[in-house]
Amino acid sequence: MAKLRVGVVSPEREIWTGEADMVIAKTVDGEIGIMPNHAPVLGVLVEGGVLRVKRGDEGDLVAAVHGGFISVADNDVSILAEAAELGSEVDVARAKDALQRAQASIEADQEDADARLQAKRAAARLRAAGEEV
Amino acid sequence: MGAQLRQLRRRIKSVKSTAKITRAQELIASSRIVKAQQRMQAAVPYEREITHAVSAVLSNTTNVDHPLTVAKEQPATAGVLIVTSDRGFAGGYNANILREAEALKGHLTERGLTVKPYVVGRKGLTWHRFRSREMFGEWDGFSDNPTYANAKEIADALITAFKAEDGIDEIHVVYTGFVSMLTQNVIVKRILPLEVEEAETPPEGIPPYYEFEPTAGDVLDSLLPRYIESRIYNALLQSAASEHAARRRAMKSATDNANELIRVFTQQMNQARQAEITQEISEIVGGANALADAAAGKE
Repeated sequence: MAKLRVGVVSPEREIWTGEADMVIAKTVDGEIGIMPNHAPVLGVLVEGGVLRVKRGDEGDLVAAVHGGFISVADNDVSILAEAAELGSEVDVARAKDALQRAQASIEADQEDADARLQAKRAAARLRAAGEEV
Repeated sequence: MGAQLRQLRRRIKSVKSTAKITRAQELIASSRIVKAQQRMQAAVPYEREITHAVSAVLSNTTNVDHPLTVAKEQPATAGVLIVTSDRGFAGGYNANILREAEALKGHLTERGLTVKPYVVGRKGLTWHRFRSREMFGEWDGFSDNPTYANAKEIADALITAFKAEDGIDEIHVVYTGFVSMLTQNVIVKRILPLEVEEAETPPEGIPPYYEFEPTAGDVLDSLLPRYIESRIYNALLQSAASEHAARRRAMKSATDNANELIRVFTQQMNQARQAEITQEISEIVGGANALADAAAGKE
């Protein structure tokens, strides 16, 4: 079966490239699963989403992706993230700490949009690292 | 004679310490160029992909009527983003940028536009303050090591001003493009209204027909600001690499000049010392002869 060529890039570096069988990402419309020979798609990703790249025997690659786009054409899948982090690179203790701080400021001020964003990001990082949130 | 010798010694000492400083600056700059180049390289894949995505949207939607792409019929004001460095010691780097910015301002004024400067870098800020020119955006502290967050901040300010009713109608950017270690050119570019720069190799045949999630308009809404951020980030990165390259070159010639000065002064010092010794000897010989003559006269 054909394979997908996947690239996860952020403005500051290329995070991961390789081949995969399936890519699952979360767009603003909902989850989208890309398999080989998918029609060309350009989607907007949600803030604080988790990206899953299924690679058969090698196991899944999981990454926290904050904002950005997914573009699919000719079995090329590019994830353009404003910021992204592989699950294996996440510092779990720091992410937990960030989540707690963000939740504390949300409790103090319900309208705190910044803190909400922070909480979403921290939660996504924890989920990418395989923690329950 | 002794005074001249002392003076030369003092000058050699001071030039030597200057040479040490410029040499150190040169080495620091050379090591930073490498890092700056790596950062430029690291940003390439994202730029390529985002340019590709923007051209994909624009080729799929026939009537793009996005506020960021439509040129106003009667532009009245233009924002100019000027990217300078925070520190000097970089030869003509900042002077070149500011000269080009002045030239651009001249062109825009000829077209009947009011120019609003947005300035990055302490050198540019002081240049404008000294001339009491009003600035509409000021950023400093990151010229030698810009992050994407810096670019985002600048892009946000520019886009907000662009969208505002009484804001700006065009955005130009003046920065230094990094061609190689030896060549850096000042580049003047219009970034808004948008002209998408084609990727290096244009895609062959008909571009694929894309589906959009959620709609083409929404995708464009969030894609265009990101594209502008990435253009500005690219300008900042190139400027940073150019700054280090310019500094390295300036410091190298300063070190060379200092070494040449040391050579000349050392020669002069040796001459002065030799002259002093020669004179002392002739004085001693003269004195001894006079004594010998006097003794011969007595006998």
